[in-house]
Amino acid sequence: MVVLAHQAPSVAQRCKDAGAVAAIALLLGIPMLGLTTVDQGGSLLVATRWPTLAIFVALCFAGRLLARYAIDALQARARRRPAATLLRPGARHQLSLWLGWGCFGVALALPFVFSDNRYIVDTATTVLIYVMLGWGLNVVVGLAGLLDLGYVAFYAVGAYAYAVLSTQFGWGFWQALPVAGGLAASFGLLLGWPTLRLRGDYLAIVTLGFGEIVRIILVNWTALSGGPNGIASIPRPSFFGLPFKPGDDSATFAGFFGLDFSPLHRLIFLYYLILALAMLTNLFVSRLRRLPIGRAWEAMREDEIACKAMGMNVTNVKLSAFAIGAMLGGLAGVFFAARQGFISPESFTFNESAIILAIVVLGGMGSQLGVVLASLVLVLLPELGRDFAEYRMLLFGTAMILIMIWRPGGILSQRQPTLRHRAEAGAAP
Amino acid sequence: MSAADNAPLLRVENLCMRFGGLTAIDDLSLDVQAGQITAVIGPNGAGKTTFFNCLTGFYRPTSGRVRLNHPQRGELHLEALDSHQVASRAQVVRTFQNVRLFPKMTVLENLIVAQHNRLQRASFFSLAGLLGLPGYRRTEQAAIEIAVDRLTRLNLIDRADAVAGDLPYGMQRRIEIARALCVDPLLLCLDEPAAGLNPRESAELNELLQSLVQGEGLAILLIEHDMSVVMNISDHICVLNYGCKIAEGSPLQIQNDPQVIKAYLGEDDEDDDDFDGVEPALATESES
Repeated sequence: MVVLAHQAPSVAQRCKDAGAVAAIALLLGIPMLGLTTVDQGGSLLVATRWPTLAIFVALCFAGRLLARYAIDALQARARRRPAATLLRPGARHQLSLWLGWGCFGVALALPFVFSDNRYIVDTATTVLIYVMLGWGLNVVVGLAGLLDLGYVAFYAVGAYAYAVLSTQFGWGFWQALPVAGGLAASFGLLLGWPTLRLRGDYLAIVTLGFGEIVRIILVNWTALSGGPNGIASIPRPSFFGLPFKPGDDSATFAGFFGLDFSPLHRLIFLYYLILALAMLTNLFVSRLRRLPIGRAWEAMREDEIACKAMGMNVTNVKLSAFAIGAMLGGLAGVFFAARQGFISPESFTFNESAIILAIVVLGGMGSQLGVVLASLVLVLLPELGRDFAEYRMLLFGTAMILIMIWRPGGILSQRQPTLRHRAEAGAAP
Repeated sequence: MSAADNAPLLRVENLCMRFGGLTAIDDLSLDVQAGQITAVIGPNGAGKTTFFNCLTGFYRPTSGRVRLNHPQRGELHLEALDSHQVASRAQVVRTFQNVRLFPKMTVLENLIVAQHNRLQRASFFSLAGLLGLPGYRRTEQAAIEIAVDRLTRLNLIDRADAVAGDLPYGMQRRIEIARALCVDPLLLCLDEPAAGLNPRESAELNELLQSLVQGEGLAILLIEHDMSVVMNISDHICVLNYGCKIAEGSPLQIQNDPQVIKAYLGEDDEDDDDFDGVEPALATESES
């Protein structure tokens, strides 16, 4: 019951609105809160908890009333604000540039500032993995406009490619990286080929299925993937041949640089490794966006039929988006396997795909910086919410809903043109 | 006119398009000469846009042939080509009845996307582009110059950096034509280019289309309801009704053709409900 009228609704209207929400809460609450089962002498009995239910319904009523007041007040303020005070697009672009460099600076300095805090460096590494995945998926969803719900499949292909190559064939991290990326890209083509004619919802369902197929194959192909047990003791990457091991000889990282061995060295190295991979991804994707292929992706998202009429082979454009997005996901997967040292199909469930997609959508489709901000929110929120135990997913969901109310197009939804006439006429770089 | 001694640029022979039991185009034959404006007119639902879709590879005709006499590539069978090949190989480029721009991209970007194939080749599948090699940069610069030239000609240069979807409808129509011109067309198929334009804009459109045809030897195939455009600039008119060609000839011949008048205005004793899409009166408009 969203009140759309511009003048403030009356108290009676507000109460009616909140009453409707409370009624829904009551309906849902009877089976979920009002009735519960108790174990009494080995048999299950149904007990009632009407007071709890009453409190819950009352809370919903009050909460809805307050939320409605808050939203109305915010909207009224937004309407009063004159349009002139809004940032011009140019200034907004400047701002996001500064913000981007700021984020990069913080990311560079972080391990030095928190060099003794294992938890922070570890969490930051996780954030960066999601940033990289978000940038990869941004190619497919944000630029090319192809809704992919099975992105985790490529992440899994990369991770398993490195795991198998390293444990069974003794390949190193750097050798396996390009091969796994290539393999993931070919899986991207494999998914792209049969889905060429599909768009929107239909494509989403097929990609969802693809993600599940890959996971189920990993669970069942025990000979290759170890089945549900996964693959353990995956070799960690070394610092250009110097392993992170205790020892004083110059064949280890600590010994070579004359440092005391600390397990944090590897952690910090891994952090910088994913930072470098993510920044390379960023450079690669933002460069591609300014090339014909990137413009073709965006044009295809805008109007596929017009693209065909312009003589563009939409098949190639689509497949290239799938392949490049998949390759980036695969590279992130290699890093994931190397960092964890152990992988199993558990890590590649639909939940992961959903989170990566949420990062792209919340960040603002196609926006590189938006992905960073959204990954910060989506990875840090559940971490910060650990104190709230089972309610943390509730917190997580609330945050997502709030972002969507506050910024329906994503945190950063401003699209930056890939070239300008004015700039070109003046000084072409 | 200029190409009268040659074979026509485009020859449509016995084209049929059926959707299940419905015959949208019935045995249509038509020649389009280079350096001429050929108009296709007819009441709503006559099959004009279907004809364009068959021509440009968006539909595969049920039967019939569409042959293009390409000056460099020889004879091409358009009915066997995919829609993107029709534009890239046969250089037959179309616009759409409901403007189809890339609305979130700028006007300039729209025109650069239209030059995708050339740029993509120059970027060596993005490799040269990623490295920023000078060869690619030169091609990109040339593409921008082509786009700027088209924008200047269509009087759109001031809006080059504007987001295409935010511009007024009449301007979007012109952008679509400018974009089509960036594909280097031999034959330009315009689907109702004057729809939604005010009288001054449509007079400008007339001038533009005539300059394209006379200046550059382009052929234009035109679907249009605005008779002030059709009668003033067409060299040749083909009238469709219920998928059949009912008349063909010069504007003067068409205006006096009893079949055409019947199709547009209906017969005196017939119930008007059969023609719920009655067009602007043909005879009165032609005097303007």
